[in-house]
Amino acid sequence: MTALIALIRKDLILFLVDRRALLLNLVMPILLGAFFGFVTGGKDTKDAAKIEIAVISQDNHVISQKILKGLKDEPTLLVKELPLEEAKALVLKGKLNMAVLIPERFGEHAGGALFGGKEKPELAIFYDPSQTAVLAMVKGMLTQQVMQSVSAEMFNGKSGSNFVDQTLQDLEKVDMSNKGAGELHDFLGSLKKFQLSQQVGKDAGAASSSAVANANAGLSMPFVTKEHVMTAGDPITNKYNGYAHSFAGMSVQFILFMAIDAGIGILLARRLGLWNRLLAAPVGLNTVLIARALSCALIACFLMCFIFLVAVLVFKVQIAGSLPGFIAVVISFSLMAASFGLLIAAFGKTPEAARGISVFATLIMVMLSGAWMPSFMFPQWLQTATLVVPTRWVVDGLDAMTWRGLGLDAALPAVGVQLAFTVFFGVIALWRFRRG
Amino acid sequence: MTSALLDVQHLTKAYAARKVVDNVSFSVMRGQTLGLLGPNGAGKSTTVSMICGLLRPDQGKVLLDGQTMGAGKHAVKFKIGLVPQDLALYEDLSARENLKLFGALYALSGSKLQQRCDAVLDLVNLLDRAGDKPSTFSGGMKRRLNIAAALLHDPELLILDEPTVGVDPQSRNAIFDSLEVLKSQGRTLIYTSHYMEEVERLADHIVIIDHGKVIANETPADLYRRMPAKAELKLDLLTAIAEADVAALSVMPGVDSVHMSDHGKHLDVALTEHEVTLSLLNWLAKAGYKTSHFATAKTNLEAVFLTLTGRSLRD
Repeated sequence: MTALIALIRKDLILFLVDRRALLLNLVMPILLGAFFGFVTGGKDTKDAAKIEIAVISQDNHVISQKILKGLKDEPTLLVKELPLEEAKALVLKGKLNMAVLIPERFGEHAGGALFGGKEKPELAIFYDPSQTAVLAMVKGMLTQQVMQSVSAEMFNGKSGSNFVDQTLQDLEKVDMSNKGAGELHDFLGSLKKFQLSQQVGKDAGAASSSAVANANAGLSMPFVTKEHVMTAGDPITNKYNGYAHSFAGMSVQFILFMAIDAGIGILLARRLGLWNRLLAAPVGLNTVLIARALSCALIACFLMCFIFLVAVLVFKVQIAGSLPGFIAVVISFSLMAASFGLLIAAFGKTPEAARGISVFATLIMVMLSGAWMPSFMFPQWLQTATLVVPTRWVVDGLDAMTWRGLGLDAALPAVGVQLAFTVFFGVIALWRFRRG
Repeated sequence: MTSALLDVQHLTKAYAARKVVDNVSFSVMRGQTLGLLGPNGAGKSTTVSMICGLLRPDQGKVLLDGQTMGAGKHAVKFKIGLVPQDLALYEDLSARENLKLFGALYALSGSKLQQRCDAVLDLVNLLDRAGDKPSTFSGGMKRRLNIAAALLHDPELLILDEPTVGVDPQSRNAIFDSLEVLKSQGRTLIYTSHYMEEVERLADHIVIIDHGKVIANETPADLYRRMPAKAELKLDLLTAIAEADVAALSVMPGVDSVHMSDHGKHLDVALTEHEVTLSLLNWLAKAGYKTSHFATAKTNLEAVFLTLTGRSLRD
């Protein structure tokens, strides 16, 4: 026991006296966690980045003006009115997500095309090919605005009234025995009566609340959505905190880097003859390895606690779920990281080669854990595949215990997987050490 | 020196098809200093690793005080102090912290550990630098601290594996002073080296290993007795000597052999009697050869090794 404690103590002292490495281990995950947390919305989602688009309106028609106003009112869009060439140049440079061109006489032609009688006008969209997801979102919003604006104008606007008059005159000149022409004539006749009743209401100044509402009648979305934020506690007071996820991801990444250093430390000790000197003493290989693993796990726990302490105090992250669950996830991950370090030492031939391979493996594991980008952006097969990556579970576990505010039972899968990987890595490492 | 503390029996270790240690056997008596001599790659360090339980021999065994050494034989390991060839120190821990760590590995703690740290630091003259880190030490000081770490638990057998590698002459002397103190205290030592002058200075008994095999296992006196020559005479001549004159020198009484080099301007003469030196110089002068420089030396282990293997220890 004296030897075990002495070996652990030695590792802890060596960790603490290396001020530069200590600073790196503490500061880097906090800086990167803060950065990723900020760009993914931070504590308050109102700070989330808006989609920047340009609208080039070459049409003064009331429909086009309504579309432009509607787009400007969208809370997720930041709309700039720019000349066409400037807008295209900014999209090309990646400064804007896309540009929408509303051409001359768009409003007039869109109204005519509503009932299928006229040629459909084009809305040109210039977009950044790396922003295809944004393209789909903006097209959806654009469709909504165009449909609402065009139909509103056609049902009770002046241009709508003129269009109906003209179309009725045109229809009366054609053969009314044609079934389609007859039905369209009947429909437009009804629409004309509706427009006239709207006009009478306006002229009489009898602006009842329903009349006002009907004055802008047109096609509209036949539903509204009501968003409920699913976060810890009261959804009104406890908003999603993007820092919680980013700090989880970055702490996992840098603790794994620390574990790599611990493994490389064993390889260096071998090279320098220190390893044999330790084993020449009356302590077994198991004792030396366990001491190394425990010291690494203690350091990992310390780092994780410190990083989350900063996250809580500075970035208002809450351990809103089970505190024992959070502690269990931290401890089990620390043990997993320690056995990962042993695995690197067991299979690494030289410190240099082992570092390169293990850093690469760690970055892949962290990427697949969803620490850098949400895992829902992965293809489905990859989302399933990441379940075999231990870091995916620890990030999910930390999310569950922080902003999701779940109970101890939600931590148990993450804890179980971490402990299973701890045993798996540890047994393989021990087998390899003994064989070597 | 009453009984064998260490008994190495038929140790053999091979890597793939290459035997690095081949049927090595020797014993070390209590209080004896054994010099394990051999060129680089002879198998000395592999032998030491097997003695310390770091390597499992393919054949043979190591008995320490009658107990077999092995990987898990902690009771046997307590009796050994190893000074490895490499500097087995943590550069970022102070000298005292290093010693406390190694002491704890041998179950030392508390005031006993403090006391032993002070004692060994004093022995290697580093007590005043106890709080400093080895990264601030000279090579010689690190070597001394390396020795101190092996002495903490007061081992019965101290094994020093080339402890003066990369050390300046002054530090080497300081190390030897410490080792001579240990020797005078009756400590049992094994000293491996490829520097014969170091082994000559310390060893009571010498084992010479070459290509993994023991080629000599006796006292220094017995080794010298096996040598035909007792001294060497080295001569630098101003003019090249004729081969006929070299042949004449070789058959002079008291001359064992003559080797000519540097196009006949340098001679190495092995003498069976010191007294012939003067008559040999006179003979050369009468033959018309002027000597620019000459030196004599007593036969040493280098010559012994050369005689036994036909090559230099530093080859």
